[in-house]
Amino acid sequence: MIRNAWADLRQYPSAIIGLLIVSLLVVMAIYALATISYSEAIRLWRGGEDIWQDYPRTASPEWTNFFRAQKLPSTVLLDSRQGQGSKVVEPRGALTEITIEFPFNFQADDFPQELAIFFYATFTQKQPHVEMTWLTPDGREIRIGEYSPRARDSYRFEGDSRLARRLRNVPAQQALFAKPDVEPLAPLKGVYTLRLDALVFEGNGDLDAKFIAYGKVSGLAGTDHRRRDLMVAILWGTPIALAFGLLAALGTTVTTMFIAAFGVWFGGLVDAAIQRITEIVLILPVLPILIMVGTFYSRSIWVILGVVILLSIFGSAIKSYRAIFLQVKESPYIEAARAYGAGNLRIIGRYLTPRVIPLLIPQLVVLIPSYVFLEASLAVLGLGDPVLPTWGKVIDDAFRNGALFNGYYYWVLQPSALLIVTGLGFAMVGFALDRVFNPRLRGL
Amino acid sequence: MTQATADIKIDTTRDERVKPASDAPSTRPEQGALLSVRNLRVWFELRRFGFGHAGYVRAVDDVSFDLNYGETIAIVGESGCGKSSLMKTILGLHRPTEGEIYFENRRLNDFSRREMQWYRTQVGYVQQDPYGALPPFMNVRRILQEPLIIAGVKDPAEREARIRKALEEVKMTPVEEFLPKFPHMLSGGQQQRVVIARAMILNPKLLVADEPVSMLDASVRVEILRLLRALQQAHNLAVIYITHDLSTVRYFSRRIMVMYAGQVVEQGEVNDLLSNPKHPYTQALIEATSDPDAANAMKFREVPSGEPPSLVRPPAGCRFHPRCAYFIADVCDKETPPDFDVGQGHLARCWLYR
Repeated sequence: MIRNAWADLRQYPSAIIGLLIVSLLVVMAIYALATISYSEAIRLWRGGEDIWQDYPRTASPEWTNFFRAQKLPSTVLLDSRQGQGSKVVEPRGALTEITIEFPFNFQADDFPQELAIFFYATFTQKQPHVEMTWLTPDGREIRIGEYSPRARDSYRFEGDSRLARRLRNVPAQQALFAKPDVEPLAPLKGVYTLRLDALVFEGNGDLDAKFIAYGKVSGLAGTDHRRRDLMVAILWGTPIALAFGLLAALGTTVTTMFIAAFGVWFGGLVDAAIQRITEIVLILPVLPILIMVGTFYSRSIWVILGVVILLSIFGSAIKSYRAIFLQVKESPYIEAARAYGAGNLRIIGRYLTPRVIPLLIPQLVVLIPSYVFLEASLAVLGLGDPVLPTWGKVIDDAFRNGALFNGYYYWVLQPSALLIVTGLGFAMVGFALDRVFNPRLRGL
Repeated sequence: MTQATADIKIDTTRDERVKPASDAPSTRPEQGALLSVRNLRVWFELRRFGFGHAGYVRAVDDVSFDLNYGETIAIVGESGCGKSSLMKTILGLHRPTEGEIYFENRRLNDFSRREMQWYRTQVGYVQQDPYGALPPFMNVRRILQEPLIIAGVKDPAEREARIRKALEEVKMTPVEEFLPKFPHMLSGGQQQRVVIARAMILNPKLLVADEPVSMLDASVRVEILRLLRALQQAHNLAVIYITHDLSTVRYFSRRIMVMYAGQVVEQGEVNDLLSNPKHPYTQALIEATSDPDAANAMKFREVPSGEPPSLVRPPAGCRFHPRCAYFIADVCDKETPPDFDVGQGHLARCWLYR
């Protein structure tokens, strides 16, 4: 039967495309799970400034440069602890002179977003003294300033008012990269060098530095307002969306089927009770209940999943399954099974329910994206899981931070496109399956 | 084959207007009989709007008979006469409202769940519609395996051996070819053979066949009947053969019971009863049976006027009296006739023979 179904399914190009989409999503989900562990994903998403400091704010994905005439710069990150740049240590009696040079090639048509240096100093009493110098490709040498970093310190170029005065109030990331005496400002391409001349006053003291010229494009998915790499959410959103959709769809359709089968088989009070419960649940407003649970109880995605399943178990599907089961119940083969002694559970499990499986499979497949959408809608309503990175959560953040108003289209469009593609893929497979399993629909 | 003489007692003295009482008199089962049915009533309660009592459908009303090992009995009657309800009660699918069923002198009414499970292995069931009787999503192997699994045959090799043996017995060979097939891949005759194999796989002592050939092509009917008779003789099987087709009765069974409106109106030896029917209903039934004879083409057949009576409010007295051509006023519509012996165990429930 399965083999026949597959042969039939191949007749529908839409099913093939749908299957491709679904398998791509599955591959993406497996990739996400394999490369980023669950705790790592949460750490990257929830971590805080320490983890996000290497990324620029609201930067577009890097691939957008492909469509731009004016290429935006990507982030330059040089860390002396990683052996990037050059570090020369020269003891001078009681002092130690450390020279760190960060040369980098800059070829973009736009200025970086911001500039920062992070210091990692080792000392007991006296803070090291650092002199920062900027060397441009055309040989100019611009003094940035002096700084005495604490053990872990950061120097942000914009925050230095003396530097700003020296640069005639042009923001540092523009003034340092601009061609001299050209209006309007345009970046000069070539190799820049940041030189740090440090004096360490203690014998066992040391100094390391990390220089970041934050770009305007970052990664494959860009970043959000909190410098988080959206790739984490895009990747990890896939398994979460698929798991939520699949579990919710499976949980509801299968339990609904069994409840309907139980009601029909035992009949009488059981059936009446199930029917009345269904009628009551049918008029319950699902969304407000979910909002209430999210507001007062828990916003964990798994709690929401449980509530969704609970509310959908006694859904309208019970009525349609019941209609089929009532018919099947009277089949002679059920009577025969009773005559050779099949018990109630065996009849329900082996004789009654297999008859609706062909109806259930397409329904299940079509239901999956609707639950994925439900999860996204809840997230957009501010009821998303506060811990997990999900597509809906990204849309919610984008919405709250005026992404469209500010022109950060990638921020909204990426998760939206994934949601749409997911819905489309499952719907195409589901409708084709429906035609395979219910041949009467083929003419439609 | 055990030669059997049936002892038939039909008690009709009860007032049918009252709900059956639990302290109804009942006779002990015939010693040595495989199956004894005593004063069996199967009434279904009618409810108004899902609750509230609205009377009973008296599907089976006071039926008694005995069946010996290896004996065959035919139950005939038109649709709605209660023969299916009688059969389902014997199969344990309905509970008797009143009266007793004894199987090997054990009272079916008080069977525990375990005894019932045993009883179900002792009784095979062949249904009318072979396609409907087979689950469409199971192949032949699964279909035949189910009764074995339920009966607790744990060893897969033994199950397989019994499945093969059962298929060979119903002449479904080569067995390998049929085992993986689904019901829709089989012809009507093959389907019915699978149904018979399923009924026989637990080696029952009693086979209940509910119109086993009425939905088959005429060409296949004889084969299936021959197969049933061969099995019956090979296993000394007692068979209850239910039909509305009198032409197949003679071929298959020795005794016959004619049912009308939930009661047995006439019974006896097949040849005797069919050639010399006593009850006006039996006469009408035989008259209505078509015979493929050119002389009958233009012949007008006398059929009793009117409809079968309501089983909720059956007519007083003889239940056939509103349709009867020999209606005797003040007798037939007042008192229920008892069984009158019209010779050699041939009983007719009609006032004409008092």
